[in-house]
Amino acid sequence: MTNPHFGKLLGALVATSVQFGSLGFAFADTTILNVSYDPTRELYKAYDEAFTAHWKAETGETVTIQQSHGGSGAQARAVIDGLDADVVTLALEGDINAIAAKTKKINPDWRTKFENNSAPYTSTIIFLVRKGNPKDIHDWNDLVKDGVQVITPNPKTSGGARWNYLAAWAYANANDGNDEAKTKEFVGKLYANVPVLDTGARGSTVTFAQKGLGDVLIAWENEAYLALDEFGADNFDIVYPPTSILAEPPVAVVDSNVDAKGTRKVAEAYLSWLYSKEAQTIIAKNHYRPAKPDLVPAEDLAKLPAIKLVTIDDPQFGGWKKAQPYHFGDGGIFDQIYKPAQ
Amino acid sequence: MNTAPAKAGWRFRQPSVIPGFGLTLGFSLAYLTLIILIPLSGLVWRSAALGWTDFWAIAVDRRTLNALKISFGTAFLAAAVNVVFGTIVAWVLVRYRFPGRRIADAMVDLPFALPTAVAGIALTTLYAPNGWIGQLLMPLGIKVAYTPLGIVIALVFIGLPFVVRTVQPIMEELDREVEEAAATLGANRFQTITRVLFPGLAPAIVTGFSLAFARGVGEYGSVIFIAGNLPFKSEIAPLLIVIRLEEYNYEAATAIAAIMLALSFVMLLVVNLVQTWSRKRYG
Repeated sequence: MTNPHFGKLLGALVATSVQFGSLGFAFADTTILNVSYDPTRELYKAYDEAFTAHWKAETGETVTIQQSHGGSGAQARAVIDGLDADVVTLALEGDINAIAAKTKKINPDWRTKFENNSAPYTSTIIFLVRKGNPKDIHDWNDLVKDGVQVITPNPKTSGGARWNYLAAWAYANANDGNDEAKTKEFVGKLYANVPVLDTGARGSTVTFAQKGLGDVLIAWENEAYLALDEFGADNFDIVYPPTSILAEPPVAVVDSNVDAKGTRKVAEAYLSWLYSKEAQTIIAKNHYRPAKPDLVPAEDLAKLPAIKLVTIDDPQFGGWKKAQPYHFGDGGIFDQIYKPAQ
Repeated sequence: MNTAPAKAGWRFRQPSVIPGFGLTLGFSLAYLTLIILIPLSGLVWRSAALGWTDFWAIAVDRRTLNALKISFGTAFLAAAVNVVFGTIVAWVLVRYRFPGRRIADAMVDLPFALPTAVAGIALTTLYAPNGWIGQLLMPLGIKVAYTPLGIVIALVFIGLPFVVRTVQPIMEELDREVEEAAATLGANRFQTITRVLFPGLAPAIVTGFSLAFARGVGEYGSVIFIAGNLPFKSEIAPLLIVIRLEEYNYEAATAIAAIMLALSFVMLLVVNLVQTWSRKRYG
């Protein structure tokens, strides 16, 4: 089922399905394709609507935005294999770096093109627990206790899961004074409490919320609020650990695609308008943390409490380029904490 | 058995009443090349870029071996279960007339039509500890979802139509008079089944087994939801391929795929040889 052409085929399939979806808008002036990851569905649905109206008011042109959502890594591979994306809005810097490195479709200096390292919104990793918090979970060290079942997806296949892992790592590292052996042991103990490694973040949410498995779900902040909306606020509580990680999902224009299609102007405007007052408010309403919180009304920020957040550029990680192979590469730390069953 | 034309040797132009041999043969070869040979040779070519030592390191890696063991083991078990129950289902559908038979017959094809992800999610919901079936099994200490047993259940579901649909037409052609003759000649029921019915059905059952098995080895969509995906416990080989792809490690992904392909090929070849042997013996 898997061969080198599989990715291309998949890319073609995604492209076709996206095109079929757009048949109704065949008369639109310009069309751009935003290739994004899974949990941003709701965010970009709202943003695309607002941007289309903004663009019409500003230039008089009608722009149609097509969305493609999937696992962040799979989406990056689709773009590498030829999916005609104008902009990519992915979960990890590493995924955009992969497109830049493998295809040269994106200029290597893409992180400098927009403010805040090209991350118009950030997010963090928090806990979702059963109503009333019966296992009394407040911080990361509660996750390694005996008898606590933790639900988190597989960092090998899910971008979000890598943030979960790194947040736990940052906690342990701070607590044991930078002793890597102890940190590794802590993370290993945490994953020993994980009964299922779903392949994606949404899969884990379903396992926890619908299948009733586990005592705590490690989740994206926005995903946790979505779960409350979707599965009932009276079933779960959100718990903010005192420390977590700052996830910066980046955006980039796919340079060679927009130049070939002549859509650079609108594609760049599409991403830079993400930093506008209106867009930042939409971002906050969708439970992402706006890059420019001063533009957003206080009541929309109230749900996003300030906690201590470690970034990926912190010396203990040294940026994605270093952290990715060290922790999640073949034979990396994550592979080492799983021991063969004897 | 119709063996006359084959005896004529390897002449390229076969004398046949129906013209068009050259055209159809050319088409078949081109079609097979396009659909099967080119993608598969691409796979082998890409994994060959690794070099022999790297390829071998991936092949004997404990994680790879474990994943292959789980994939092939569960597929084998599921195919074995399907051979027994699929044959019984086929027998009932062919030999008995009962209300709802046509509906039951149509139902057999559903696993073909249903998207495998839907099947996986449905089965997981049923067998999860809080699911309809799962909560009955929990007190007995049987865990299905998120264990290798769950993988077997998903593969049994996926593989059932392969066995039923290969065995069914052969059963329909079985002559009832042969069974009656066996009874008249003094065979008991058991002997009628093992000596008279089974030899005729065996090739079809073996084909059904190999189809269900091959399908199970490559299955990803349904298994991924019910397996639990824990390394060394419930991680299937196709998941390991996806993991390697996520690491942008195309070579390792194709290497595992090539190993699966080679193993499947050898197993299907053995099955074919068994079939030829059984045909010679019973045919």
